[in-house]
Amino acid sequence: MLQPLTSTGDMRKNRPKPCITPLEDQSVNTILEKQQLSQEVFRFIIESPLIARERKPGQFIILQLDTEYGERVPLTIADADEHKGSITIIFQTVGNTTHRLAALEVGDKIENVLGPLGHPTDIRKFGKVVCVGGGIGVAPMHPIAQAMKQAGNEVHIIIGARTKELIVMEEEMRAIADELTICTDDGSFGRKALVTEPLKELCEQWKPDLVAVIGPPVMMKFCAETTRPFGIKTIVSLNTIMVDGTGMCGGCRVTIGGETKFVCVDGPEFDGHLVDFDNMMLRLGTYKNREDQDHHRCHLDLQLEEKTNA
Amino acid sequence: MHDRSTLDAQARAVLNELKGAKLTVKQRAAIPSQEMPAQDPLQRIGNMNEVATGYTEAQARVEAARCLQCKTAPCIKGCPVAIDIPRFVKYAEDGEFLQSLAVIKESSLLPAICGRVCPQESQCQETCTLGKMLKDVNKSVSIGRIERYVADFERESGEVSMPETAPDTGKRIAVIGSGPAGITAAADLRKEGHGVTVFEAFHKPGGVMVYGIPEFRLPKAIVESEIENLKQMGVEIRTNFLVGMTRKLVDLIDQDGYDAVFIGSGAGLPKFMHIEGENLIGVLSANEYLTRSNLMKAYDTEHAQTPIIRSKVVAVLGGGNVAMDAARTAVRLGAKKVYIVYRRTEQEMPARVEEVAHAKEEGVEFLLLQSPSRILGDERQHVRALEVLSYQLGEPDASGRRRPIVIEGSEHELPVDTVIVSIGNDSNPLLERTTEGLATNKWGNIIINEEDCSTSLDRVYAGGDIVLGAATVILAMGQGRKAAAAIHERLTRDQQS
Repeated sequence: MLQPLTSTGDMRKNRPKPCITPLEDQSVNTILEKQQLSQEVFRFIIESPLIARERKPGQFIILQLDTEYGERVPLTIADADEHKGSITIIFQTVGNTTHRLAALEVGDKIENVLGPLGHPTDIRKFGKVVCVGGGIGVAPMHPIAQAMKQAGNEVHIIIGARTKELIVMEEEMRAIADELTICTDDGSFGRKALVTEPLKELCEQWKPDLVAVIGPPVMMKFCAETTRPFGIKTIVSLNTIMVDGTGMCGGCRVTIGGETKFVCVDGPEFDGHLVDFDNMMLRLGTYKNREDQDHHRCHLDLQLEEKTNA
Repeated sequence: MHDRSTLDAQARAVLNELKGAKLTVKQRAAIPSQEMPAQDPLQRIGNMNEVATGYTEAQARVEAARCLQCKTAPCIKGCPVAIDIPRFVKYAEDGEFLQSLAVIKESSLLPAICGRVCPQESQCQETCTLGKMLKDVNKSVSIGRIERYVADFERESGEVSMPETAPDTGKRIAVIGSGPAGITAAADLRKEGHGVTVFEAFHKPGGVMVYGIPEFRLPKAIVESEIENLKQMGVEIRTNFLVGMTRKLVDLIDQDGYDAVFIGSGAGLPKFMHIEGENLIGVLSANEYLTRSNLMKAYDTEHAQTPIIRSKVVAVLGGGNVAMDAARTAVRLGAKKVYIVYRRTEQEMPARVEEVAHAKEEGVEFLLLQSPSRILGDERQHVRALEVLSYQLGEPDASGRRRPIVIEGSEHELPVDTVIVSIGNDSNPLLERTTEGLATNKWGNIIINEEDCSTSLDRVYAGGDIVLGAATVILAMGQGRKAAAAIHERLTRDQQS
């Protein structure tokens, strides 16, 4: 059908109506809720309808606070509400961006949010699944555990943290789990143990079909070592250095079973028994000096109390 | 090297002599070729500003006067978008710079950019009759420099002419990627009156011209002004939008009401050498290094939050423009010594001659006929040296280039603390993976019909590096233009039926 011809006097009048979320919509990336979970851990709910619609458990976003000079930081999506058009992120204040992010309030906008990125978790009925979340890793584990449960799996969740006050999302995890184990390094809450202890017991007695682990690299490494003798498939979610997150820079490369893989497009989840954790941990330290400086400086600038063991 | 005022004075003198004279071929050929004024090497290695500062008016006119206006005009055939070169050069000679630019704009959308980054010596200037006559391609008419002059003249005059846009057709096209291919397709389609949305994954539009090519070679203000022109034409640009992930490609057509899609998503994952030590601290791809410096502005340590490796001795592996960009960035970031390690000789280097020359002036050392065999680390797993093998040239291979052959037992160590790998890219897998039925070749590049850039999917077209592998700005533009014409024809046909 022929469209009626219109005058072209003002080109902007001709501008077609965008069909997805319009650029003019100022509410995108607005912080809807903010909650401090522990001294350095925060939960934000962010309006982001496109990402909320497409995202699946296991995927992540990249955010940047300042278009001109900001850094791009990958963060896992902890939850999403497609109807409200919002996503949840839980993050720990580590470098410049996360500290500044923590200083934002409800109603503030995040300049740039890109996602969802990475492969979703392979969710299906495996039978018995152990989900291990260490520290802040509990947050990205939450949607995975939830989906595993919904897929008909029996789910045993292990939460580990250095000390009681660093445990996040205990209630949410308890609501999903058939069985929940909490351990702290210092015994201030739950069992005084590393997560590998209950994991080993489960491997021996409960005999899971799949183990999923998200946490600090060294924890994931030892979880993978724990399950290896039992031959139980173990997936880990890697968080490496990343710039674009779309398969362009190669900064996130890791060695998986002797092959170079890219966390942003091949991951973030990999077979824990094939990951070269030692090399990954080493490469994570590339910009360590700068990060430590930033952490310290942010606490001074933002007048936050700094914990020596943070 | 001469300074700008000397070069300008010389050009003015020549211009005075030529005034009003009807020049013979011999006289034109005798006019000295004009040297590009540039920042002094010692000065420029301490800043990120553009190296080549551009011809003066007199220089542009004198250089244009060297053109023989030959009937065969082989230069046009050498240009991927077939700019009417003799005609624009003639206007430049006469000082009619806006008219000169208008001629270029008939065929090319981004003259200020192409004038700077096109490999002219292997395109328009390679076949130049004057260059052939003087038996030196470097003595060809400097077409690119004249192009740059007239494009800059218009931009700096503040009176940028906007292309006319046809009445609204009601058709809408999604363009994936805001690099050279995407920008060109978007502008051409908008001119025809179609609604155009450009989807860019990064937080800033411009693609490789923003994340890849450094400020000292292509000032970002120029790219921004081209993007601004596009917006003024009514093209919508959506950043932070990764088609395939943020939205599936087919959903753009099936659910969001786009009538066609052009994919210009660019190059993908960097290739690595797959040699021992490649995952040591201090080994990175040129893509990462340049993205940190250019897009994330990591060179500006006072303002930028993105860190970048501070190196003392750097080896850059590769011989293309990207390798030169990485090496010269390393110099500017304070490296004391920077090597280019390349397996063949300078003749085979794909980099633009000017970039190689500039790199040498800036102290970059070229280690030719050498190729790395291992990267060696210290006890902290930081790079300490590159083990290199020497090569000699053998018989020509399939590409016609003499194949380098390793000299057995020639291993030697080159002490370095950083290795930047710049040996090209594989294709980005995201669109192929998330778009059922989109045919790609064994390297993951999208397969197109050469005639119209159409893909295996109806209403989906593609061009630029995602099709060509690694190409140039102008080749990507050429495909963007070809695809736009095909899309326009297709949508017009739809409307009539």
